[in-house]
Amino acid sequence: MSNFFQNFIDPAFWYSVLRVSTPLLFAVMAALVSSISGSINIGIEGMMLMAAFWGNVVGAFVKNPWIGLVAGVASAMAMSLLLAFSHLKLRVNLVIAGVALNLFGSGFTVFMLFALTGEKGTSASLGSQPIPRLDIPLLRDIPFLGKVLNNHNALTYLALISIFLVDYLIRKTPLGMRMRAVGENPDAATSVGVSVLRVKYLSLLLSGVFAGFAGAFLSMGYVSWFARDMTSGRGFIALAAQALGGNSAILGALGALLFGIAEATGFTLQSLRIPSEITNMIPFILTLVVLIIYARTRVRSHSRIQKI
Amino acid sequence: MKAIEAINVTKVYPNGVVANRNVNFSAAVGEIHAVVGENGAGKTTLMKILFGMEKPTSGEIRIFEKPAQLNSPHDAIALGVGMVHQHFMLVPSFTVAENIMLGIEPKKNLFSLDFKRMEQIISEYAKKVNFELPIWEKVMDLPVGVKQRVEIMKALIRGAKVLILDEPSSVLTPQEVNELFVVLKNLSQQGITIIFITHKLNEVKQIADRITIMREGRVVGTYRNEELTESQIVELMIGRKFEYDISRVKAVPGEPLLVVKNLNYFREDGAHILKNLSFVLRSGEILAIAGLEGNGQKELVEILTGLRENASGEMLVGGKNVLGAKPWQLRQLGISHIPDDRIEVGSALDMSVAENMISDRYDQQPFSGRVVYRKRSVIEFARRLIKEFSIRVKSPTTLVRMLSGGNMQKVVVARELTNEPKVVIANQPTHGIDVASSEFIRKKLLQMRDEGRGVLLVSTDLQEVLQIADRILVLYKGEIVAHLQNENLTETDLGFYMLGTKRQNPEELKELLTL
Repeated sequence: MSNFFQNFIDPAFWYSVLRVSTPLLFAVMAALVSSISGSINIGIEGMMLMAAFWGNVVGAFVKNPWIGLVAGVASAMAMSLLLAFSHLKLRVNLVIAGVALNLFGSGFTVFMLFALTGEKGTSASLGSQPIPRLDIPLLRDIPFLGKVLNNHNALTYLALISIFLVDYLIRKTPLGMRMRAVGENPDAATSVGVSVLRVKYLSLLLSGVFAGFAGAFLSMGYVSWFARDMTSGRGFIALAAQALGGNSAILGALGALLFGIAEATGFTLQSLRIPSEITNMIPFILTLVVLIIYARTRVRSHSRIQKI
Repeated sequence: MKAIEAINVTKVYPNGVVANRNVNFSAAVGEIHAVVGENGAGKTTLMKILFGMEKPTSGEIRIFEKPAQLNSPHDAIALGVGMVHQHFMLVPSFTVAENIMLGIEPKKNLFSLDFKRMEQIISEYAKKVNFELPIWEKVMDLPVGVKQRVEIMKALIRGAKVLILDEPSSVLTPQEVNELFVVLKNLSQQGITIIFITHKLNEVKQIADRITIMREGRVVGTYRNEELTESQIVELMIGRKFEYDISRVKAVPGEPLLVVKNLNYFREDGAHILKNLSFVLRSGEILAIAGLEGNGQKELVEILTGLRENASGEMLVGGKNVLGAKPWQLRQLGISHIPDDRIEVGSALDMSVAENMISDRYDQQPFSGRVVYRKRSVIEFARRLIKEFSIRVKSPTTLVRMLSGGNMQKVVVARELTNEPKVVIANQPTHGIDVASSEFIRKKLLQMRDEGRGVLLVSTDLQEVLQIADRILVLYKGEIVAHLQNENLTETDLGFYMLGTKRQNPEELKELLTL
């Protein structure tokens, strides 16, 4: 057992927390930018899968990870446009459209995988083009922190930066202000000439960008192949983490890190011979707990707004 | 010079309702122009047309004597017309400044909001038109009157020269109304044209320069304020002689129906909202609870109807303490409730008139069969109530959403008064509805009293209270500060108690439980 606690002072543990948190951080940003303008993006999972697939496959074919990354993000954006179009133009219920997108993402990627490689499990046979890791000279030399922060995948750094970008976007820019207004009282936005439709389209598209990075990281950084349904619920965990943080990017990111810690702890427990079936449950049990807390605060904040 | 003008405007809605027929209306620059009429007279439609929210079927709009094509409110705003809606269009979690500048945000550089500049723009403008705003407070923390000023500022800062207000005083306390009028007078002196819809004729007399009266989609006439008395306005509105003929015979109070003892209530945030209330409601009387809005009436009503929990004390019905019982349990005991909010609480907007009328008895004979409900008897019942309460509606299956405020309220009242209640708790039963419907509802409440039921009337409308109540309790900051018999009382008498400048001593109030 002392082994277990030693883990938490081991920089390798915290390094792996950052690594497993990367897709969650991106996905939380995806959840945040859409929910802040009032559309809960259930389809993050499907968008991530799509990006993971096209990122890896295109990267492998053109032998360039960056072009793969662009392709992955573009595919997720296409998915988010589809979601925005069906919700905003065709008035399909957002949750149903999101679920449809997830099912589509799961089925379509397996289908394309089979069409391109003849396999239904992974794309390992294509060879891989991972996004490179960055070895940062100054960071490397700091004791402890250096071991935690240095030598991560380039996308991990981008994920960390994007927390602050999103935070700035939401709090300090006109677009962010309009997104918040649209999310909270669309009538108020309309009354001053802000187009609710345009803001929502933009939010969902931006959500697609972040979901794209999240998915691309999975198949080009976390591991270097695509596997069917490799997102394994991260899109939903991100929704829970975002809910935990409300409208704050910083708090949402902390939520993502919390789940990251849970996941990394799960790995540690596995090394202590606790069955992986049990340790894999940890993030999901945490999700349930978080969602209960979420539901309670939702009820409260809702009743407060009702009093207006 | 005319600021805004509607010439021969007709509006037919797609469902065939003619909301405006050949309406001619004009407001001069810098005048305060009141538009009055019963619910459904077409006032709101006309305002929506002037603000570009609805397109007229035929006719012309002129703004500053130039023909205007209004395809959306943005066109109207661009031409200098602003509107303050009855339901505020504000973002609760935003500050006053953010609400005002939303959509026209000043920027520091390519990306960032310039909060300093926001403040500068607003305070400069506020100084110019001479009214104060708490710029950095969140809108959700502000009283209604201030929220309304934020809305006015929103319109002004976008260059409004014509300001349309839809029932601006209906949500305000008397003091706030006075403050609003000061603001409006001030604006009109600066050349801004004010058009406002209202139901309160004393306000019209108090502030309007001219009055346009509408009835059944037509303009009956436009008059200078001094040309008409209040009762003449009412006659023109309803098209016949109108008598305030609510005659009240002396009440014959019987046995106590509802006894409240030492009721205390603390809100979640710890505020002491209701302080040791005790009173008795007897059969055959109307007991009014008067007071300015926000002195605990809302909480009191919600507690007495089971909608709010965690109060302490006693609420005795038939000798049993039923404080904390569920709403349906209280209804079974014969307590019915006319809520103050017919839209959120009183009715289900997207259900039919008939369905709303049986929503408290859908599970009883004759509406419920063994398995499914009996549509025919529901419709029959609704037809009867529609007639009895003279509700203006095409069919019992019409959605409640389609009704005007007065008719919607009558649907609620019809339901609450026809289930053989022992006690009727009526919270602002005539709030924001037209004169004729108001009188109708008041008469119905008197009828309930004469049938030996008890009516607890919670109202901020002093005219109403003095008109029909037998006894009056005044609630001030959660306390009963006066208990008065309604004999030779005036609004001013009540006003002193309501404002807290006067209160009866505890000895005088002691008799409350014995009366």
